[in-house]
Amino acid sequence: MAGKAGDTDWRHTLAEAGPRERPEGHDGTPGEHAVGDGARIAVRRTHKLYLGGAFPRSESGRSYPVTSAEGHHLANAAAASRKDARDAVVAARAAFDGWSGRTGHNRGQILYRAAEMMEGRRAQFVSEVVDADGVSGERAETLVSAAIDRWVYHAGWADKFTQVIGGTNQVLGSYLSLSSPEPTGVVGIVAPPKAPLLGLVSVVAPVIATGNTAVVVASERAPLPAVTLAEVLATSDLPGGVVNILTGRLGEIAPHLATHADVNALDLAGAGDLATGMEEDAAATLKRVVRPEADTDWTADPGLSRITPFLELKTVWHPIGG
Amino acid sequence: MPDQTFEYAPALESRSVVSLSPSYSPHIDGESRPPASGEYLTTVNPADEEPLAEVAVSGEADVDLAVAAARRAFDTWSAMPGAERGKYLFRVARILQERSRELAVLETLDNGKPVKESRDIDLPLVAAHFFYHAGWADKLAHAGLGPEPRPVGVAGQVIPWNFPLLMLAWKVAPALATGNTVVLKPAETTPLTAMVFAEICQEAQLPPGVVNIVPGAEATGRAVVSHPGVDKVAFTGSTEVGRRIAATLAGGHKRLTLELGGKGANIVYDDAAIDQAVEGVVTGVFRNQGHVCCAGSRLLVQESVADEFLPRLRERIGQLRLGDPLDKNTDIGAINSGEQLGRIRDLAATGTTEGAEAWSPPCEFPERGYWFPPTVFTGVSQAHRIAREEIFGPVLSVLTFRTPDEAVAKANNTPYGLSAGVWSEKGSRVLWTAERLRAGVVWSNTFNKLDPASPFGGYKESGYGREGGRHGLEAYLG
Repeated sequence: MAGKAGDTDWRHTLAEAGPRERPEGHDGTPGEHAVGDGARIAVRRTHKLYLGGAFPRSESGRSYPVTSAEGHHLANAAAASRKDARDAVVAARAAFDGWSGRTGHNRGQILYRAAEMMEGRRAQFVSEVVDADGVSGERAETLVSAAIDRWVYHAGWADKFTQVIGGTNQVLGSYLSLSSPEPTGVVGIVAPPKAPLLGLVSVVAPVIATGNTAVVVASERAPLPAVTLAEVLATSDLPGGVVNILTGRLGEIAPHLATHADVNALDLAGAGDLATGMEEDAAATLKRVVRPEADTDWTADPGLSRITPFLELKTVWHPIGG
Repeated sequence: MPDQTFEYAPALESRSVVSLSPSYSPHIDGESRPPASGEYLTTVNPADEEPLAEVAVSGEADVDLAVAAARRAFDTWSAMPGAERGKYLFRVARILQERSRELAVLETLDNGKPVKESRDIDLPLVAAHFFYHAGWADKLAHAGLGPEPRPVGVAGQVIPWNFPLLMLAWKVAPALATGNTVVLKPAETTPLTAMVFAEICQEAQLPPGVVNIVPGAEATGRAVVSHPGVDKVAFTGSTEVGRRIAATLAGGHKRLTLELGGKGANIVYDDAAIDQAVEGVVTGVFRNQGHVCCAGSRLLVQESVADEFLPRLRERIGQLRLGDPLDKNTDIGAINSGEQLGRIRDLAATGTTEGAEAWSPPCEFPERGYWFPPTVFTGVSQAHRIAREEIFGPVLSVLTFRTPDEAVAKANNTPYGLSAGVWSEKGSRVLWTAERLRAGVVWSNTFNKLDPASPFGGYKESGYGREGGRHGLEAYLG
């Protein structure tokens, strides 16, 4: 079992006073199994950032301990720095032209692929949600299913939002005046702390479905589902940099997204006490801001609620003449 | 061509159609009431610096009263059947049409814009905006914003001086059609058409408190924007003030739309219809003295045609007539204020000191008033302030490019994103370029076209939200 003598690694020891008991496999890593005469030592996963399509540790070399809802130590997650946040914005900006330039059909295919990959890791997600939220396995199954279905839902929007939101304007003259929505650009997302998987997918999927790229600060309390989601995205044909996921101290990372001039919009769903200050900072570069709500029901049908705030409407005019 | 030149005879529009009151008070709860502040300012005709009228400077107490009146009126106005609300807007639209000559002349007197423009552009668009939105009032469930869209409440609206009555229409018409009530602050230097609009609301027997107009200066605007009884703020003006408003509203419940500055690029490809492009570039930057947030203040001309294009551009600019805005021949009127003239002069001066070359046609200025000649800067680099900052005057910065990629990169190389123009006879190139421009409005083979049915607003630091069309309703519905 985890926590036995010989199972301490240096990061673990540095981060916490000492190892604690925890149930086997609840962080999705393999437990230990008897092999021949002795117990096999499990290969654990290092929980890293997801940045520009790669999985680096924080450039700061730091991590922080993550515990379950009951207070058991689960793992150490990378503690991203300001520099990591800035690197993530650079990666998201670099990915924007390519991603927004893809066809809606292609983006939909990739989002659907993310649902497929999540389905394949269902057991791992369920286990992580049980750990993170202290909910029953049955409830966790429901939440994981909803998260998978949310990718499918937004996969469907990727090639429809233009037609639903845009249109031809009947103007007073012989002109074609055509309005079409386009992605806003780089979106900084503070994921909701309380719904570390369903909430996370619910804020990321609508943003990238339309061609935006994202820098996401995962739930500080429960970042492990976000790390697993990053591994899903990395195997879904999503181009590197479209989604960048940072784990760490919210107060240390998130404010830099609000002040960064190359971030176009913010979803402050999980910003809590930081929200007002971040909105003030965002005003300096006139970012589009989605304010946090008191209590969001992440299981409800999202509709276009998180799609339209991250779109710009472009109107193109052209004369009509023979 | 023979050397004969025909001289223009002056064709002055009569001022007699306008009857000004000596002073104007805030319009609150359906009536004109002297400002609690007791303060007045003088609004002048920028074409001759003569005073036109005294206009109240509404203070916090006046704004309080206006918001309270709007709040009281909201219950009945929002509960009124949309068809009936719409009829009030139709009435307003009709009265605007009936009084359009008076309003056009008044706008020109207060603002300095050529009467040709206030008469043929501003006023028809103002009436059309009310007419268009009147028809929405009973069809909101079909606007694609949910089956039962609800008004937000009291809208606090602050508008600029460049299109005073048109900006009022852009703010008031959608707010009223959707069942909101309004507290509007017109610009300090151009309050008069808004005060006449208050009379029109009375004439239309609009229920008291639905539209409240609080003239004043910067502090009045701040009071409107930060008033706790306001649910929605709509602002058109400078990016600098827009930033301050966004910061003020942070963390609160108020909704915000901002229509701010721009540094629009007009891209002229080598296959453009040159005469049309010249015309479009000229009206794109010199209409309304360049006091246009969506002005095409940067010309990006393809290097291979620059030597052909620029002389023809100068020749056309040389034909523009600058002078008395009430003269129907006038193309370029007065700069709206001494303050704005100072800003234009300062920025234009940096063009020369930073190494660009200025050209203006010979211009005779009237003896009094605020004037600035149409000016073209060549040899402009992207680093020059005149290529980066909004001048809001009749000043064009010319840059060149070789490839379409370079044109797009240069056009997008600005924190603004309001407007852009593309001139080419090749459809695929027009669409390719339009797709890549990060701007809310792209005019191809035309420029500066506005329409009540066509959503208008910016990307990036040109603000957020749209005005006009189905999309413009969203700002006023919850």
